[in-house]
Amino acid sequence: MNIDRDTVLKLYETMVTIRDFETRVKDEFARGRIPGFVHLYAGEEAVATGVCASLKEGDTITSTHRGHGHCIAKGCDVDGMMAEIFGKATGLCKGKGGSMHIADVSKGMLGANGIVGGGPPLACGAALSAKMRGSDNVCICFFGDGAAEQGTFHESLNLAAIWKLPVVFVAENNGFAESTPVSYHCAIENIADRAAGYGIPGASIDGMDVLAVYEAAQEAINRARKGLGPSLLECKTYRYHGHFEGDQQLYKTDELQQKMMAHDAIKNLHETGIQQGLATAQDFDAIDARVQQKIEGAVAFADRSPYPELSELDTDVYIVAVS
Amino acid sequence: MAVQMKTKTVTFAEAINEAIRLEMRRNPRVFLMGEDVAGGATLEHLEEDEAWGGVLGVTKGLVQEFGRERIRDTPISESAYIGAAVGAAATGMVPIAELMFCSFIGSCMDSLLNQSSKIRYMFGGKASIPMVVRTIIGGGFRAAAQHAQTLYPIFAHIPGLKVVAASNPADAKGLLTAALRDGNPVIFCEHIALYQIKGEIPEGEYVVPIGKAAVTREGKDVTLVGVSMTARHALAAAEELAKDGIDAEVVDLRTISPLDETTILNSVAKTGRLVVADESNPVCGLATHIAGIVASKGFSSLHAPVGLVTPPHSPVPFSPVLEDAYLPSPEKIVAAARAVCGK
Repeated sequence: MNIDRDTVLKLYETMVTIRDFETRVKDEFARGRIPGFVHLYAGEEAVATGVCASLKEGDTITSTHRGHGHCIAKGCDVDGMMAEIFGKATGLCKGKGGSMHIADVSKGMLGANGIVGGGPPLACGAALSAKMRGSDNVCICFFGDGAAEQGTFHESLNLAAIWKLPVVFVAENNGFAESTPVSYHCAIENIADRAAGYGIPGASIDGMDVLAVYEAAQEAINRARKGLGPSLLECKTYRYHGHFEGDQQLYKTDELQQKMMAHDAIKNLHETGIQQGLATAQDFDAIDARVQQKIEGAVAFADRSPYPELSELDTDVYIVAVS
Repeated sequence: MAVQMKTKTVTFAEAINEAIRLEMRRNPRVFLMGEDVAGGATLEHLEEDEAWGGVLGVTKGLVQEFGRERIRDTPISESAYIGAAVGAAATGMVPIAELMFCSFIGSCMDSLLNQSSKIRYMFGGKASIPMVVRTIIGGGFRAAAQHAQTLYPIFAHIPGLKVVAASNPADAKGLLTAALRDGNPVIFCEHIALYQIKGEIPEGEYVVPIGKAAVTREGKDVTLVGVSMTARHALAAAEELAKDGIDAEVVDLRTISPLDETTILNSVAKTGRLVVADESNPVCGLATHIAGIVASKGFSSLHAPVGLVTPPHSPVPFSPVLEDAYLPSPEKIVAAARAVCGK
């Protein structure tokens, strides 16, 4: 496919932002400055980045417990994200959601989701809403290989198929549902093959090649926009860190870890960009420096922000009746 | 009900149908989805006026006016379509999802437990989920253990959900209209044995506020609290008690969450005695919840222990003899009221 300089740099910046954000969250968590659980997206950057690059205003996404990357790729404010993860009042969710529930509905980011398989039904609804409102907007449903075994996944694929909903189901197959290998929990080799059972297109691609993801997602998104219905895109990827921070990862071998990290999405794009003359090392360096500052700024913002007032404890449970 | 309103007599089912119809005319974002809510989707030989309109015909006729986009038949996939209602609500629509029987909640609980009820709070108040789940509760139809449960305490237990259950056609119309304008996820419980009962409803737009109980009979000796079918049983019981010289006040809760504690406590302050009649399971149920509120906030008013009229803690039985024994009834409420009145 034809990729231009702007696209390469945009994809690169998003991926580096995710990587640096997650690396910093890991460090801050290790220092005891982040409460609760964090599930890091590092290693899987190409998926969120490659898919969201083809979205436009009004498009929506549903996410997972491993949602920081989706948030960044969909344009959520990293200051607000970091503050949320720190539990601060200035967080995107006022400190009430935390890492597993970061959301910005105004940006079409319908929430990280602590329930495995929670997203697919929501995505059907957002897509149905887009269709009924007469827009050509689409919804992207990100989910992991573990969620592919939930009933909600199967029901949602069928529902989206019979109603021709503008939704793209993106399976992020990182090889493990927590510590359980996909070869054990899934009866077939490719999750994408399940698309056939619902009469929709399915494709299984290298999820660590951002350009491959970008191209495949664009096709599925265009199809959805045209009213031709849903697709299932499986991106084979890998998470560099544990299921959550603190996970000893004894289920991974060093060999696998090294093999996958040698196939790093950011490194690949860096090389490809220079080889094809689309960007220079200086271009990438400039992005690296800018992102580093951005993440520093986000941590500083989170640091200096106040914790929520105790009066916030039971507010925002209900909206005040609008009638 | 304001006296100047023009009224008409309809069934409980027709009142629900009318509330949906009027609100769908008023608000193009409202739509209905569920199993057979229109019925017979895509069947060419089926005329729209022959379409089922829900398993009990409650939504019959709506598809003719609004078409199959807005009266949307679903596959038997409660997880997917009730979850889809949440996604649609988060993005600008006002869905009504019909969960045919509340006993089926096991198939789709996550959408209510972890999605619709939590999103507003988890997102720091920056999202709203304006949706209604209509669902059938209650026994009396010999439908047995998996089709006749009254599970609203499960929903009321979840912060972020509102739960309503009308006892008459006017409240059904007014509460459903309110639910569709509320902006929050509302579980609208319809007792199966109420669908064919008739009553007067105001014509045109009619709203009954959520969160307000109604004192449907004034009295001074004992407060009888009920909701949905048991609110009717309480009224019947009060008539019977009057023959014994016991002057009962009846509170029809109408909304289970948020509960109108003030009306309950004010009534108990006046009468000094309380009987709560409820068809849900007795353990961690609505009746014990209300008894707890009165014990903690109105204890000094009480002249006697709180009387509880509930089913036993067992599944709903099938055999008519057993089911009749299982269900709350006016007779059981009368007996409980006599006991708390010492008569």
